[in-house]
Order: sequence, then C-alpha cells, then structure tokens
Amino acid sequence: MTTTATTPAEAGEGRAVGKNSPGAARGKSRRPGRIRRIGLPYLLLLPALALELLVHLIPMVIGIVMSFRELTQFYIRDWGTAPWAGLDNFKVAVDFDAPVGQALLHSFFVTCLFTVLSVGLCWAIGTAAAVYMQETFKGRGILRALFLIPYALPVYAAVITWVFMFQHDNGLVNHVLHDQLGVTDKPSFWLIGDNSFYALLTVSVWKGWPFAFLIVMAGLQNIPREMYEAAALDGAGLWQQLRRITLPSLRPVNQVLVLVLFLWTFNDFNTPYVMFGKAAPEAADLISVHIYQSSFVTWNFGSGSAMSVLLLLFLLVVTGVYLALTSRGRKAADA
Amino acid sequence: MSRIRAAAVGAATLSLALAATACGGGSSSGGGSNDSPKTLTYWASNQGPSIAVDKKVLQPEIDKFEKQTGIKVKLEVIPWSDLLNRILTATTSGQGPDVLNIGNSWSASLQASGALLPWDAKNFEKIGGKDRFVESAVQSAGAEGKDPAAVPLYSLSYALFYNKKMFKDAGISEPPTTWDEIVADGKKISKNGKWGLAAEGSNLSNNIHQIFVLAKQHGADWFTADGKPDFTSDGAVAAVKQYVDLMAKDKIIAPGNAEYAQNQSLSDFSKGKTAMVLWQAAASTFASQGMKDDEWGVVPAPVQSGAPGPDRNINSMVAGINIAVFKNTKNLDGATKFVKFMTSDEESKLLNKAYGSVPPVKGAQADPAFGTPSTSVVKDTLAKSAAPLPQVADESQFETAVGTAVKELFADAAAGKPVTTESVKAALTKAQQSMPTK
Amino acid sequence: MPDTQAAVPGRHRSPMAAPPSFTWGRRIFLTLLSAFVLLPVFVMVSSSLKPLEDVQGEFRWIPSGLTIRPYIDIWSTVPLAKYFMNSVIVAGVATACSVVIAVFAAYAVSRYRFRGKRVFTVTVLSTQMLPGILFLLPLFLIYVNIGNATGIALFGSRGGLILTYMTFTLPFSIWMLIGYFESVPRDLDEAALVDGCGPLGALFRIIVPAAIPGIVAVAVYSFMTAWGEVLFASVMTNDTTRTLSVGLGAYANLNDVYWNQIMAASLVVSVPVVAGFLLLQRYLVTGLTAGAVK
Repeated sequence: MTTTATTPAEAGEGRAVGKNSPGAARGKSRRPGRIRRIGLPYLLLLPALALELLVHLIPMVIGIVMSFRELTQFYIRDWGTAPWAGLDNFKVAVDFDAPVGQALLHSFFVTCLFTVLSVGLCWAIGTAAAVYMQETFKGRGILRALFLIPYALPVYAAVITWVFMFQHDNGLVNHVLHDQLGVTDKPSFWLIGDNSFYALLTVSVWKGWPFAFLIVMAGLQNIPREMYEAAALDGAGLWQQLRRITLPSLRPVNQVLVLVLFLWTFNDFNTPYVMFGKAAPEAADLISVHIYQSSFVTWNFGSGSAMSVLLLLFLLVVTGVYLALTSRGRKAADA
Repeated sequence: MSRIRAAAVGAATLSLALAATACGGGSSSGGGSNDSPKTLTYWASNQGPSIAVDKKVLQPEIDKFEKQTGIKVKLEVIPWSDLLNRILTATTSGQGPDVLNIGNSWSASLQASGALLPWDAKNFEKIGGKDRFVESAVQSAGAEGKDPAAVPLYSLSYALFYNKKMFKDAGISEPPTTWDEIVADGKKISKNGKWGLAAEGSNLSNNIHQIFVLAKQHGADWFTADGKPDFTSDGAVAAVKQYVDLMAKDKIIAPGNAEYAQNQSLSDFSKGKTAMVLWQAAASTFASQGMKDDEWGVVPAPVQSGAPGPDRNINSMVAGINIAVFKNTKNLDGATKFVKFMTSDEESKLLNKAYGSVPPVKGAQADPAFGTPSTSVVKDTLAKSAAPLPQVADESQFETAVGTAVKELFADAAAGKPVTTESVKAALTKAQQSMPTK
Repeated sequence: MPDTQAAVPGRHRSPMAAPPSFTWGRRIFLTLLSAFVLLPVFVMVSSSLKPLEDVQGEFRWIPSGLTIRPYIDIWSTVPLAKYFMNSVIVAGVATACSVVIAVFAAYAVSRYRFRGKRVFTVTVLSTQMLPGILFLLPLFLIYVNIGNATGIALFGSRGGLILTYMTFTLPFSIWMLIGYFESVPRDLDEAALVDGCGPLGALFRIIVPAAIPGIVAVAVYSFMTAWGEVLFASVMTNDTTRTLSVGLGAYANLNDVYWNQIMAASLVVSVPVVAGFLLLQRYLVTGLTAGAVK
C-alpha cells in the first residue's frame, strides 16, 4: 500500500491509456516514460497479487507437495523428513474397492447430490421471489429486508439455531410435525441417520437462497422497461413476458450466479461442521468435512491433501467445462 | 506471451523455494532450551463447568507459582473441541506452549509425533520420582516400553450414578452391580416417559470408553499385542452389540440419546428423566443443574458377573488428564518446575478437589476430601478394576473410526432399524479397514 | 447483454396490470417464504428470553416466563466482549484493506491493457475453487515461518487472520468492482485525465464516487465473510485473539448446554451485522446491478 501512495505524481503522464483506443495506447507507449505507464497497472495489482500468492497460491503448491508425502503423526513435527509416498495417497483415495476410497466416493456423491439440490432450490426460490417482487407493492421494501436476514446472519448463529430446532426430543421441527400436525407417527431424527441429509439441505437453502434473490433482483433491474412495454403492445401476457424477456435477459446473470453458488456450496465447510461436528452422519457426509476428518482428526495430512487435490481437479474440470459451454453460448448470442 | 510464461515460471520457482523453507516447519533440534527462563505458556484443558471457572481455579495457583519461582505463567484454557487441533498445529510448527494438558488417551499418538518431552528416569527424578504416581495412571501416559510422554495430573474413572427416588418408586432396593441387573432394573423404570439408562450416542469418545470396557469384559482387546487393529473379534462385536442393544433390544435407553453429544444425558438425569448414568466426575454438574447431593447415589460401574476386579472384571478405563512439556520449549527448567509444582502433593489435592477428580499422586490420595462417596468409588475402581485405553500411535484414528461406527449403530437403533451381530460386524469391519495400514 | 449504461436502474413495472391469479400466487408464495425465513429468527429471539427449563425441556411456543438473565449471563460465561472486540478489529481492518486493494486491482483491469491481464483475472477467480482445507495447514506453516524469519507474528495474531480474510474476499470483490467500474462511462475519467488529474486522481475523484454502491456492496460482503468464518479462525487464533464465530462455540462446549444463552449470544453477535446489512442493502442491490450482474 505504500507503493501506491507515491504513484499519483509519477503516474501523472500516463493519462491516455484509455481502453477504448488500444491502437492509440500502443502508439503512445513508444514514447519515453513508457516504463512508468506500463508499470502502473502492475503496481496497482501488486498488493492483490502479493496477497493471492501468500495466502492462496503458495499454500496451494505446498498442499500439493504434501499430497505426495506420507505425512502422518510420526512426521508432522518436521514434515521435511516425511518420506515421499509417490502416488500412494492418491491410490488409496481412488481405490474404490477399499473402504477409504469407498467412503470418499460416497461422500463425493452425497456432496454432488446435495450441491445440485441446494443450488437448484436456491436458484428457483431466489428467482421466483425476485420475479414476484419485481413490481412494487405495499410492504415490498420490508419484505426484501426480511428476506436478506438469513444471508446476513453469521453462519454459526444461524446453524446452531437450526440445530436447536432439529433436536429429536425438544426441537421445534418435531414438535410441529409430530406433536401438532401428526405428520409423522413418531418423532424423527434430523441430526443423525438418513434424515440428516434433508436437515442439512434445509439449512443450506435457507442460508443460500437470499444470495440468489439478491443477484437476480439486481439482474432484473437491468432489463429496460421498454422491452416489457413493447411486448405488452404485442399482446404478450405476464407469463409470456416472463418467458420471452425476463428469463432470457437473466441468462448471463444466471451463468455467473449458478457457478458461484455451485463453488460455495460444494466447498462449504462451516455449515456441516457447525451442524454435525467432527463426525458427520453418513447421509450428510459432505466432502469438505470428510477431508477434514481424513486429515485433522486422523492425523494423516498426506492423504487429506491428496483428497483435496482430487477435489480441486474435479472443480477445475467442472468449472472449465461449464465456462466453455456457457461462454460459447454467450458468444453466439453476442455475434 | 513469453513474458507471461517467464512470470509463471518465476512464481512457481518462488513458491517451491518457499515450500522448501517451509519444510523446516518444526525445528528439528531435539530437546528444548532455556532461552527465556522467566516466562511460560500453559495450555490447560477445560475441566470445570466453564472456561471462566477453570481460570478462577487455576489463576491463584499460577500466581503462587510465580511467587515461588519468579516465573510468569501465561494461562490459556482451551475448549476440548479445539485442543487437539491446537496441539497438532503447534506440533507441526514447533510453536506452541511450554506446558500443556492432554487427554490421556492421546498420549501414545502424541508420543509418536515426538512433540512432547519424554519422561525418562532423569526427568521423573526432577519432579520427585515415578513412584510418587499411581501405576495405572502412569501406564496411560504413553506406549508400553517407552518413556511416558506426560505425567498424570487428574485421574478419573467411570462409576454408575443412580436416582434414589426413581429406584425406590420402581421398587428396587439395591443398586445394580452387573449388566443383567442394569437391564432388569432399567426395564422396571422405563415407562411413562422415564428411562432406565442414559447414553451419549453421538459422542465418539464416550462411545469408545464404554465399548472398550465391555470388550475387556468379553475378553477382547481392540488392538493386538503388536499394535495392529483387531476390531472384528467375537468379543469386540459382542461388546458393541451389547452396548447398542441397551437401546435396540432392551429398550432401557431413550432413542433420543442417539443424538446426544453434549452431556445432555447429565441434564436428563438431573431432571429425573433417566434413572442411571455411567459417568466420570458428575457431582458438580448435578449440583449446578439443581439436583441435591442426597438425591443420587453412586456405585462402581457394572461388570458381567461377580465383582469388579482385574481382567474380565474390568469396569472402567483409566480416565484422566496428563500434563506434558512441549519439546520445543524455550524454558525447559521452568517447565519442569511447573510440572513439579502442579503435581506436588499440595497442589494435587487442591486441584483434584476443585475438579472432583482423584489425585494420581499417592501422597495426596489420603486426604479426607477424597473419601466422599463418589470419589471413593473412583479411587477404588482406579486401584482395582480400571485399565488404560490402548496406548498405540493410532489411538485417535481408532476413536474416530470405531466411535463413528457405534454412533451410526445407535442411529440405526434409534430409527428402529435392526441391529444384528452381522450389522455390527460389518460396521466394525469397515472401521478396521479404514485404519492406516502402515 | 443490453447496454446497462442506458438502463436507468430503478423500479420496473410490467405495464400490464397483474391478473388476480398472479397476485394470489404471489401472496401465497411470499407468505410461505416469509414463514420459512422468519421461523429460526423467531426461535432465536424467543428462546433467548426463556428460562433454562423451557429450552432444555420440550419445545414450547409460549414461554413459561420471560427473563433477560441469559443476556446478562452470556458476558460472564464466556469472555464475549473480548471476542466481540477481536471480531470488530479483524473484520473491520480486513474489510477496509480488502476494499482498497480490490479498488486498485479492479481499476487496473478495467482501464488498462497490459500483459498478463487475462492470466491475472483467471487466476484470481479460480482461487474461489480452492477447498479451504487444502491450504489451511500450509498457510499456517507459512505464517509460522515468516514469524520465525522476520519476527512478525502472523500466527495466532489478529494480523494473520486479517491477512487471510482480506485475501478470501479479494477475488469476488475484484471481479465485482471490475464490472462496476466498466459501467462508469469512460468519457468521465478520460475527461478528468485531460484536465490534468493523474490516473489515481481520476480513480478517486471520478470512478470511486461513481462506484460507491459497488464499493459498499463489496465491503458488506467482506465484512460478513470475516465475521462468520469458522475453520481458519479456530486454528489460527488463541485465547487473546479468538473471534466471535469460534468463541460462540464455547457455549456449546460447556458441561451443560445453556440453549437460552447460546441463542442470546447468537443474537447479540448477529445484530450488528444484520443491522448494518439491512441499512446498506439498498446500495447492495444497486451495487450488484451494475457490478456482478453484468
């Protein structure tokens, strides 16, 4: 940050670097003072770059290095001495006939299903709410504020409240479903066993949908009113307006929104960890907690790192494919 | 483009270089030093009802120590949920406290990491000798045949607490001493929303403690003599099945207990919802929950038949907290002095009294404060019929794998799914296969 | 994407009057959704005012009595005030720094052509994919090593946590601000440049003021992330630097579960962020409209 403080004066000449006229910029860059002008963007990026290197990139490289070593409790004290394990950690992780691989695969599928459902529901609820609230009506402002509360609440506070509600004996959920409505013939378990998946999904959707709501709401504001007016003149009803104008206009927004939601949900650690602690029930064994258990709880950082690397590869592939597919569509639309 | 490539290469080399230096993580120099002789950092575990209470108990003693030696001790009480992580990160980095408390079941695992100062005869001499401590407590401070990694600080054992009034109402005159009696009495009590026995089905450590003892009673060990996992022996399977059957078949544990992990069973007991609970030091919690001392009774934990004793009549693990010195300490002498202080007869009496535990120091045990009903049961159990948890390097993996298996079995039982010998065996087989092979 | 500069953000109303079926659908949907959203909030508030017996026993809608004791007890059961201060410092500083850094980076990307621009944006965005668990231990090792080499204590200090959280929110912030800055007409800052402002003059006099909603949105996002993070905070803090999200866990670790205190503490911890968030939400929507959503 100290570097930037000195830049205004020296950067004074670098004014004409408008992006609109790349040719002009390149032409000017031959003049003296070029270094400074060219240096300025790098200077501006420097703090961000340095932080990314320090906190994200270098640790990632170290994490990858760790995944090739046998880093158990015998070596954590001085992990430079941990023997190289070659691909052993990876082999164990992807040996789907053995329990470790099986468990990882199971956790992976659970996470995929969970992510698809959570992202889908968040998106659907968020979009529906945003579309319903596109028009002004009495109380819209208050309602909008209310809807954002789950997103604003700190994770711990929100999740622990849900845990309180999901308790078997004294929870609100069973009180309502069993005691008051009689939907279930006996109180259900939500924090252990198979239902824990739905409990986790509920909390995740509850916390996540306002973000989709917020983004879609913002996206809707970018749709010019004239388009609706024109469509109305053509005799299009509400439903047709929604299909022909609203949803297509939201496509670029949705493209980013779905990707961001996907990455956040897939990597989410805070929610399952606060909900289930160190040993998540099998039905809700999300991959991030599973890896945490495979490294911190069982003191095997090598295999935990290997699993993280596999996860990272998977996310890279999915994101890459997703971006390739959607941006091709987008380019076609732009052309 | 070439410049980008150059930059990328540069970044990669830089990060590798950093990675290489980072490998130096913990200092590889062996023993500690005495570079900063005037200060110590002490990580205490959370023994009292809250962290604030722990500080109130410990701070005056630490002040006393400072007065005696001029060494300033910085106290940090760490919640159990964080303690192991904090120790692991400290071990990895070499930056940690000078003195710390550990759960005694972690002793062998931490010993294997080499993070803790070994207590050889010479070091023990500095704190008054190994003979000052109860033998079973020292056994739970490290693997057999190695110098202990820690020194016993507080000792505990399991005991059976029961609600006198509920027993009387059900027409039971004598508290149970065997599992059969527990089941029989439990069935008499378990009706109208009341239950016989409490359990903490989602608490991994608690599950382990119970099934460890039950396996002993079935003549089984969880590890072979050379430290290999042995989870699927008939005895081990029978032990787990017997424990889970208390809910699944005998129905003397409320299904809701399957999700307990935060000592809810103690509050159920205090409120008269359950009549029995197997626990360590629970007296102060009962009191804080409004249950009067004369409302509950305490007897030794049950055995299969006969009276508590060695071998198959073990009725508790040696529970307890050990105090250890971090190898990277910069104040080795001070740290040793502090351990000596904390385990002195006088402090041992004082602290164990405050926490409701029993001193592992022989010289402190005679104090009349440890003659109350609950502490004398604990004292007897520790002396006659308690065994230390397996002291193997993979102990924490064992707790996770088998503890989770039991938790899942409880979840099945609670949901009304059948729990059979086969399903128990399958769960334990899976747990065993997930143990590290090296 | 339609030209956003032309679109004046604001109320959009479908010109056609809504048919009753739509209005009723909306009423039902929004009512159900409100119930879903508010249920936990109601539980949090009501439970925090109940006596301990109520929250330990069977759930009841109507408390047997009201008490503010939990709100008094929370401060002594756990040193909440200290954690609160830590969180304010950590989240506040991390947010301030992160916003400034993101503004610079976004300015560079949106207004300059330079080699490596695409590499930079792609790299920064792709860090969103990193599973936190992969770099928790390495990051910790790096902090310790920096500490050993330079004497700057990053591990266990607020500084280390601030640095970490700053970086967590950078990618999303930069990305959002790029979008926002691009929506500020280039003519404006070019005019400023012609008038003799330096590039930074143009940034601070023209672009930043025009981008206030976007910057507020980014700041809110950063603050919330830092306020709620659990994993890194639990490993990287000690007794004196522990933050709220981890500190709250201490209530659940007690030998007895004081649900009413947990709820009271959760509420106390939530109020500042939620209030701030709701106050600023107008900016958030306009900020996102021009930024992320482009």
